[in-house]
Amino acid sequence: MKIPSSIWTLLIGIVLTLASLWYGQNHGLLPTAASDEAVLVDGLFNSMMTVSVGIFLIVEGVLIYSVFKYRRRAGDNEDGPPVEGNVPLEILWTAIPAIIVIGISVYSFDVYNEIGGFDPHAVHEAPINQSSMNMPGAAFAQRAGTALAATLTDTPPSTAPNLNQEKSDEAMQDPATAAVRNADQIPQLRNAPGVGSVAPTLGSSPDKAGQPASLAVNVTGLQYAWIFTYPETGITTGELHVPIGREVQINMTANDVIHAFWVPEFRLKQDAIPGRQSEIRFTPNKVGDYALICAELCGPYHGAMRSQVVVESQENFDKWMQKQLVASHETLNQAVAVNPANLTPDEFLAPYTKEMGIQPEILHQVHK
Amino acid sequence: MTQAQIQETANFPVRIDEPGARKWRDYFTFNTDHKVIGIQYLVTSFIFYCIGGVLADLVRTELRTPEVDFVSPEVYNSLFTLHATIMIFLWIVPAGAGFANYLIPLMIGAKDMAFPRLNAVAFWMIPVGGLLLVASLAVGDAPDAGWTSYPPLSLVTGQVGEGIWIMSVLLLGTSSILGAINFLVTLIKMRTPGMGVHQMPLFCWAMFATSALVLMSTPVLAAGLILLAFDLLAGTTFFNPTGGGDPVVYQHMFWFYSHPAVYIMILPFFGAISEIIPIHSRKPIFGYKAIAYSSLAISFLGLIVWAHHMFTSGIPGWLRMFFMITTMIIAVPTGIKIFSWLATMWGGKIQLNSAMLFAIGFVGTFVIGGISGVMLAAVPFDIHVHDTYFVVAHLHYVLFGGSVLGIFAAIYHWFPKMTGRMFNEFWGKVHFALTIVGLNMTFLPMHKLGMMGMNRRVAQYDPKFTLLNEICTYGAYILAVSTFPFIINAIWSWMYGEKAGNNPWRALTLEWMTTSPPAIENFDGFPVLATGPYDYGLERANEGVPLSDPNPLLSAGPNSVLRADPDEPYPTIESDLEQRVSGNKD
Repeated sequence: MKIPSSIWTLLIGIVLTLASLWYGQNHGLLPTAASDEAVLVDGLFNSMMTVSVGIFLIVEGVLIYSVFKYRRRAGDNEDGPPVEGNVPLEILWTAIPAIIVIGISVYSFDVYNEIGGFDPHAVHEAPINQSSMNMPGAAFAQRAGTALAATLTDTPPSTAPNLNQEKSDEAMQDPATAAVRNADQIPQLRNAPGVGSVAPTLGSSPDKAGQPASLAVNVTGLQYAWIFTYPETGITTGELHVPIGREVQINMTANDVIHAFWVPEFRLKQDAIPGRQSEIRFTPNKVGDYALICAELCGPYHGAMRSQVVVESQENFDKWMQKQLVASHETLNQAVAVNPANLTPDEFLAPYTKEMGIQPEILHQVHK
Repeated sequence: MTQAQIQETANFPVRIDEPGARKWRDYFTFNTDHKVIGIQYLVTSFIFYCIGGVLADLVRTELRTPEVDFVSPEVYNSLFTLHATIMIFLWIVPAGAGFANYLIPLMIGAKDMAFPRLNAVAFWMIPVGGLLLVASLAVGDAPDAGWTSYPPLSLVTGQVGEGIWIMSVLLLGTSSILGAINFLVTLIKMRTPGMGVHQMPLFCWAMFATSALVLMSTPVLAAGLILLAFDLLAGTTFFNPTGGGDPVVYQHMFWFYSHPAVYIMILPFFGAISEIIPIHSRKPIFGYKAIAYSSLAISFLGLIVWAHHMFTSGIPGWLRMFFMITTMIIAVPTGIKIFSWLATMWGGKIQLNSAMLFAIGFVGTFVIGGISGVMLAAVPFDIHVHDTYFVVAHLHYVLFGGSVLGIFAAIYHWFPKMTGRMFNEFWGKVHFALTIVGLNMTFLPMHKLGMMGMNRRVAQYDPKFTLLNEICTYGAYILAVSTFPFIINAIWSWMYGEKAGNNPWRALTLEWMTTSPPAIENFDGFPVLATGPYDYGLERANEGVPLSDPNPLLSAGPNSVLRADPDEPYPTIESDLEQRVSGNKD
């Protein structure tokens, strides 16, 4: 078989290249890019799309062309030419894909490095400040043990010893292990060397290596909500607010089953795994409201586990933070004033559900 | 007489027995004829395909609207869990095993599989495992933790359903291990004398690679599932974080099987397509050795790509890079196959019958799945689309556009051999047209859905995705409708179809060198190998391809003992000893 070389081949090649280049930039398949990382990922995707469109057009083109050109004519019972192979051609079509995938790998490697995949500090520093996970409602958690309440751990202030570490040690020594253990007592293994308890994930990009992120937020996933705590101020919300242009570090864990933190506009996703801590860092760069979606199947109401990420200017962020501080004092007082043991879960959680972005119907279904 | 005609006349059995099944009832017995078992596999798996398809359409009906309004979210989760489990473990994998059972002994000129009873045992585990799984719907506690069954979720959903799921998958996995052992031994030990590995049809190469992969990976899944069962039923904490277990370890064990499982599902049909395309293009397969060895390469590389399912669950950065590169590299042997098929068609005399149309459809849609697979291997992009509809689209392009179209191509191609009758071509083409339209309509929009932000396994979604989801749902209905012409055509043609003759495609591989349907024990003695499997347009009269002995009795060969003539008394130990002692005296 001769590799066809003619003016037609050249023309088709040019048209294919132009079509691929055009579609690779104008596919419109991705949502807005709202973080610095998203821009990098989109660049990678656009190049892959360009190459893919080229390969797709070549393969489908040859396929359709062959079907029409080499269709068997009626009454023709002859065999085709006995071409069994062509070594140069085979080497060519082994080498080209190999080069393409190596190229994509190198590009991916570079993007991955840029978005912080190789941050060595991510492995060692996973400081979820336990006190910040404290929520007004802790007493309720002890009583009910339902899925939603299971998250509200009864943790003493930061000066006290690390309760989770104690639980973890205790669990290790208990011969009966967890057969009788409640799901709401998942020990959060922390900084335990060698057991991979701190999931190494996306840390800081190389140019910010070694610096702490300018804003840290702790995130807990639970059936079926996200709870955010801001360690600096101690406030707890159901909606993530971040200022534009500052690097945010999300420290996440889960209290019951695996959840995954996904903001499509940031192109970032990370599983929140019970018993582990993981973190991602990103820098939002577009003001707006984005959906935060749980991407890992976490139960029947998985689809309802959504929240908002609000990217806003620094002033608005500060204003919001002030408002939350006031509100959190109020709810705290309220929580202390009533005896939670006398309330149904729905009644008890009512003041929080709205700010956590949970629909009352879902809450009701969860507690059925 | 040409070599091909010599081959055909020489191999035609002298005495024509009926096929292994004389009555339809024989298909419901513990028959050990590989052809009966092959058809048992195919029909059983097709029934499960229909069940899985109904579940899929229920899932799509729920997703027609953004709200949860058709079934409850719990039932919805059971539906997609069962859909996936059935389609993988009860349709695609057993269908591949069905073709292998039917074709391997015929293609290599053997009388049966190496272990006929083991073969029947392996088959009968399938209906048992399948009924067990479907029965979980009846007890009202179907598994609903997804087919991946990740703990801790699988440990906190219904215990009965999850237990049934584990038991059923263990049974089906055992069946596929037993089948794989049988295929490997048959392929290695029972080829007709004169058939070297490079004269084996490519389907045999593909099944060799598949079986090796099954043997290496399935036991790991079994181990993972048994540990999961301990966690679920006995309160251990291998994977349960409440006692210090690690859910990520389960993911490693699960994907160590379940990624190779995709190759277990696609490799047999790569093999089938490599048979179909040269015959219906009337050209030798282009690059026989490249295709054969690329199957082995895929099988090997398939073992070291599993962690690309875990890019977001927190594995170290260097490990992500390793698995990214291995996953990308696997595109190279796959590409070799695709380009070789295109080159085989190029310049041929392509007969556009149903089998060839499905084969072309296979190549055309599999390419899309393959390309999106390379995209998914790129870690930064995978982090964005992991667990979204982009993945759903990708895997359906691979498994529906690949495996299922491959199964249909293979059914249309080998139907005349299996039944002795031709398929009705018109309804075959209707089936093809509906399938291609339905397939692309269902799965193409899912790429965009996933990238825009629709996560998978949800019963309710953002209303902005409604339009695309409606298109997908109507596509799924078209797919459902597309099976009707096939089913009716298959039954009608089996009973009343035009008689096929022994070799309607004028093919050169050995399965066409016997009667249709083949007699019990397939051939008389060892079949003659006068041509290579794909020597179309090529008369090798002067090249000295050896004709193997047309009437060998106990002639030396890899399988001479297995082929001992029953009429000749087998030497007893006494006579054997006597002979040796007297031999020594001399």
